[in-house]
This record gives sequence, structure tokens and C-alpha cells, in this order.
Amino acid sequence: MSNGISNEELVQAIRSATENVFSTMLGLEVSAGEPFIERTAPGPAEGVVSLIGLAGPWVGTGSISCSAAFALKISSHLLMTEYQAVNEEVLDAVAEVTNMIIGNVKTAIEEQLGGLGLSIPTVIYGRNFTTRSVGNNEWVVVPFDCAGERMDVQICLAPNRGESGWRPGVANPQAVSA
Amino acid sequence: MPLDVLIVDDSAAIRKILQRVLRQADVPVRQFYEAGDGVEALEMLKAQSVGLILSDINMPNMDGLEFLRRVKALPEHQNVPVVMVTTEGSQAKVLEAVQCGAAGYVRKPFTAEQIKEKLTGLVAL
Repeated sequence: MSNGISNEELVQAIRSATENVFSTMLGLEVSAGEPFIERTAPGPAEGVVSLIGLAGPWVGTGSISCSAAFALKISSHLLMTEYQAVNEEVLDAVAEVTNMIIGNVKTAIEEQLGGLGLSIPTVIYGRNFTTRSVGNNEWVVVPFDCAGERMDVQICLAPNRGESGWRPGVANPQAVSA
Repeated sequence: MPLDVLIVDDSAAIRKILQRVLRQADVPVRQFYEAGDGVEALEMLKAQSVGLILSDINMPNMDGLEFLRRVKALPEHQNVPVVMVTTEGSQAKVLEAVQCGAAGYVRKPFTAEQIKEKLTGLVAL
């Protein structure tokens, strides 16, 4: 990210928030992998993607993406109920985990970037889909491993340029049939 | 005396978790009521008195701070303790909630112990 906050600080905020949410709410340990930068909104070709918008002096999007199997695991641990298939409760649980992770990242970076607002989460589940974002902005991606399952937490932020309508990182999910 | 508790959060997952956490914390609950936003919660309070409210802040239709202001303006409910349970962690939001009359503030993620600690002194445990 240019100005405001360094990528290293953002990565640290993502790591701290994700580890805290997983250990406190799910009783699971996650280990962060090597962070990287993407120019397009990263995401799996199938599974679950959960997105939250950030707005204020800086604007952008935070998201988590994982396999359907890992979404079931997250939900089962969060709600202490065994889930065998992705349903509304599973998607709601993933949305809430995203809300907690990105919300805690937001709190951590507000000191440097100023007050930020969070949107209501949007969760996408399916197969053979792609996501992309308008513009050419950097996404900071932190992969996590949890007992062999991978989850990516990613954030795209850019200074708010007023009412130009430019909204960096706002993903335009596109469904593509097989 | 067991309490009627209203949980206001747009996430069904969090409403379910808070019920579990209150039971784990040995909070004497008679009945849980759930609402997905401030509008729905105010509608419930027209017909139901409760002894404790746990409310999120970021919700559609009416956020938790506006809901809190409106509850505190209702003579029949203004003394009900309202604890905010939210991802919002900025000092400005905490201060605003306290100024609006919040009895406590718990940040997500939370433990049962943190919830119990916040409720100590607010309700009979």
C-alpha cells in the first residue's frame, strides 16, 4: 500500500486478527504462510469467498477465501454443531468470522488511516467461478494453514479520492458455468 | 431471578454463540429473544420487557448505537442494561456507546469469561 500503512504493518494486523479470532472463537490454531501481493482479486475457482467493504479516508475490500470443506470446519467449531454440507448457517458463520477478522484489522489500522466503516459481509459459494476487481490495485494476501487446510485473508486499500466513483478492490464476482 | 435476555445481531451465528456463552457463564436466563437489527429489536420491546440486552453495532436498517439511544429514550426500558458486543474497537466508538448509555462493551472475538466479567454487577450471577 502506498503511504498511510506499510504492507508489513497490514500483514501483521491480518496475522494477529486471524490468529486471535481462530484461537478465541474456534479453538483452532492457524499458522501464517509467506504473504504476497496480487494485482487481481485472488480467489479459488470453487469454495467460499467472503467479502467486506471498508470505507472512510481509505477505501477497499477485505476478504477470506477457503474450500467448502474448510468452511464446514470453521462453522462446526464456531457453532459446535457438525455440518456436512454448506448451508445458510455455514455461510453465516463464515461471514461472521470474516467480520471479526477484518473488523479487528480495521481497528488495528485506524490509528494510521483514520476512522473506517465496515459493510455487511457478502458470502459467495459455488464451483467454477472467478472473482476479479475493477482497477489495478494491490491485494495483500496472507495464506494460513490449519491442519492441512488453506485459507487466504486478503485486503486491498487505497486512498479515498472523493466522489470519483473509483472504488478500489470492490470485487465483481462473476459466475461462470462449467 | 432468571432473566429474559434480548440478543440483537444480524449474524444468526453470533446470536447462537452468545446464548451458549451466557449458559456457560452461568447467567440465569429464563428466555432468550433474538433480533437481527435495531428496528426488529425495538418492535420486540413494544411487547416484551427484558432484563438484559446484548447488541452488536454494525447492523443493517438500524445500527446498535441508534438502537441504544432509542432504548434509553423509552421510560419503560431505559434502566435495562445494554452491553455492546461488536468488532468495533475504536476508542471513538466505545466512548460514543458509553455516552449513549451502554452498560458495557465487549469486543469480538470474546471468551465466556469476558462476557461474564462484563455482566458482573449488571445482573445477578
